[in-house]
Amino acid sequence: MNQALPSQAELIADYFGERLSSITDSLGQVTIEVSVSDWQDVARELRDNEQFAYQQLIDLCGVDYLGYGSAEWETEAATQAGFSRGVDGLGPGRFSWSERPEAGAIEQRFAVVIHLLSVQHNRRLRMRCFAPDDGLPIVPSLVDVWNSANWYEREAFDLFGIIFEGHPDLRRLLTDYGFVGHPFRKDFPLIGNVTVRYDTDKGRVVYEPVEIEPRVLVPRVVREDSRYNTDDVDKAAEARAASPGNDGND
Amino acid sequence: MAEIRNYTMNLGPQHPAAHGVLRLVLEMDGETVVRADPHVGLLHRGTEKLAESKPFNQSIGYMDRLDYVSMMCNEHAYVRAIEQLLGIEPPVRAQFIRTLFDEITRILNHLMWIGSNGLDLGAMTLFLYAFRERELLVDCYEAVSGARMHATYYRPGGVYRDLPEQMPKHKESRWTKDKDLKRANEWREGSMLDFIEAFAKDFPSKVDEYETLLTDNRIWKQRTVGIGVVSPERALQMGFSGPMLRGSGIAWDVRKKQPYAMYREVDFDIPIGKNGDSYDRYLVRVEEMRQSAHIIRQCVDWLRANPGHVMLKNFKVIPPSREEMKDDMEALIHHFKLFTEGYCVPAGETYAAVEHPKGEFGCYLVSDGANKPFRVHLRAPGFAHLSSMHEMAKGHMLADVVAIIGTQDIVFGEIDR
Repeated sequence: MNQALPSQAELIADYFGERLSSITDSLGQVTIEVSVSDWQDVARELRDNEQFAYQQLIDLCGVDYLGYGSAEWETEAATQAGFSRGVDGLGPGRFSWSERPEAGAIEQRFAVVIHLLSVQHNRRLRMRCFAPDDGLPIVPSLVDVWNSANWYEREAFDLFGIIFEGHPDLRRLLTDYGFVGHPFRKDFPLIGNVTVRYDTDKGRVVYEPVEIEPRVLVPRVVREDSRYNTDDVDKAAEARAASPGNDGND
Repeated sequence: MAEIRNYTMNLGPQHPAAHGVLRLVLEMDGETVVRADPHVGLLHRGTEKLAESKPFNQSIGYMDRLDYVSMMCNEHAYVRAIEQLLGIEPPVRAQFIRTLFDEITRILNHLMWIGSNGLDLGAMTLFLYAFRERELLVDCYEAVSGARMHATYYRPGGVYRDLPEQMPKHKESRWTKDKDLKRANEWREGSMLDFIEAFAKDFPSKVDEYETLLTDNRIWKQRTVGIGVVSPERALQMGFSGPMLRGSGIAWDVRKKQPYAMYREVDFDIPIGKNGDSYDRYLVRVEEMRQSAHIIRQCVDWLRANPGHVMLKNFKVIPPSREEMKDDMEALIHHFKLFTEGYCVPAGETYAAVEHPKGEFGCYLVSDGANKPFRVHLRAPGFAHLSSMHEMAKGHMLADVVAIIGTQDIVFGEIDR
């Protein structure tokens, strides 16, 4: 999709150097990761520097990496343990805070991901920063750099509880007035915490604890699919090529 | 003398011009808008979170329900994101069908827009005309997918079925018979491609009819010229895309600049505006309808000449056909696994964007290797457009706010998600 010149990743890597925690180029899309302290400065330079000229912030969203890579159903052990459809599993979105997976694959939980577009150079870029504190994730606001960040940051605040420092008007956006919690966090149950109905006796709308049970039809499964493990395929091909007397069609 | 204070008023959420469930809190100075504060989220269904709890394919249907007047384009972004992560490429015929239906969808959307925007600004007739043509296009949706709106037609690896050989005909009823019936079925004698071609050939003349009603209409111009002017710089700053960006004079179109599906193969122009006002955006959208008809004709020609598969034959992702499933053990196993568990998508992240009728519709997909997405974020064009409401409406009269909502082409399914 991206029309990035092959040098885009190098260009950015050269320019920002140490300030990037990581830079990857996969599927033709460049992703850079910066720390919270550099977040605004890097963004501003990406916008103003002529060789990048990312004039547009296309998208900003929060990501909660809690439970990344964890599955509800270990298929290797399932045959020994008898039948199970994984319905009792605790995958992302189904555990509560007390049941959250302890050993995380990632160090930090909340990230803000932005997608930039340079109309001038016809390029895209993805930039990510992890909020340092899981308990109170704070990330500097980008509203001054790109005005379109305004609502996107309000949305990320609403859904993930990420606080954008310097945002002029950080109110909830999508959820109900007076909503409690941040629904897109992985430890927020899919069915929610409260139900709402109109009470004819009281003559008003009332909130009550949710009654329904969460029901899972398809467990979350992570499968090691060798087709996608290109490293293994490459290694096998190399091994075949390296071993003498084996021309690959024995 | 009593002190004169600004008046705060609510527009919506139940208001015919609010295009759904927009609650707009307006601070007025007389009849002039001082501050506009849209309250959104009344249609928030948590689509992104729901998608996290389901196998990949089961969320395609949710995409239709985002922007419910341009259904297949939403699907296209999501399906493309999955395909990118899986590293699969659908057959060329499927890509042409997608191009064809993306453009049908564009016309559907713009017809809805021109009709409702006309209605908002007092041009009632147009609404009826636009829906006359819209009906034919939703018939195409129905013919390929069985559903008039929420098609779930695009799948990772292609489209669900090939185009039907026969376009369904109207049956005789108390209201449609004899001459009327004959006229209604005039284009439906042949295949679906014949029907679409007849439509696409005829459609520019219909666009002329709309233009007769509006383009030089004095009232229409009074209501749109100079209303909601956005400079190109501000349009970029505020994250505009699609006709909103092109109306401000920036020639940016994902179909042209970062082509997907078969847009590389078809010929079309992208119209741009000059002044960045509502009238220019109207002209841009009208021209886009003509261009879409042009693209549709090219796709029809290609599709007629090149029969073939519309789905990949990769049982790890795409279910085998019913016949194969009943005949072949391995196909049965694949069928079972795909429908009980789905397929696992390799870990990674991607952003797939399509030129949706309203602007850039993007899908940011994060997978951790499971059979369900880890995170889906949908970049809705209307979200960025509506967030600029204050800037666009400030200083305008109350009635112009309606014109601005109309010109932004707001649909709440995608904004609230």
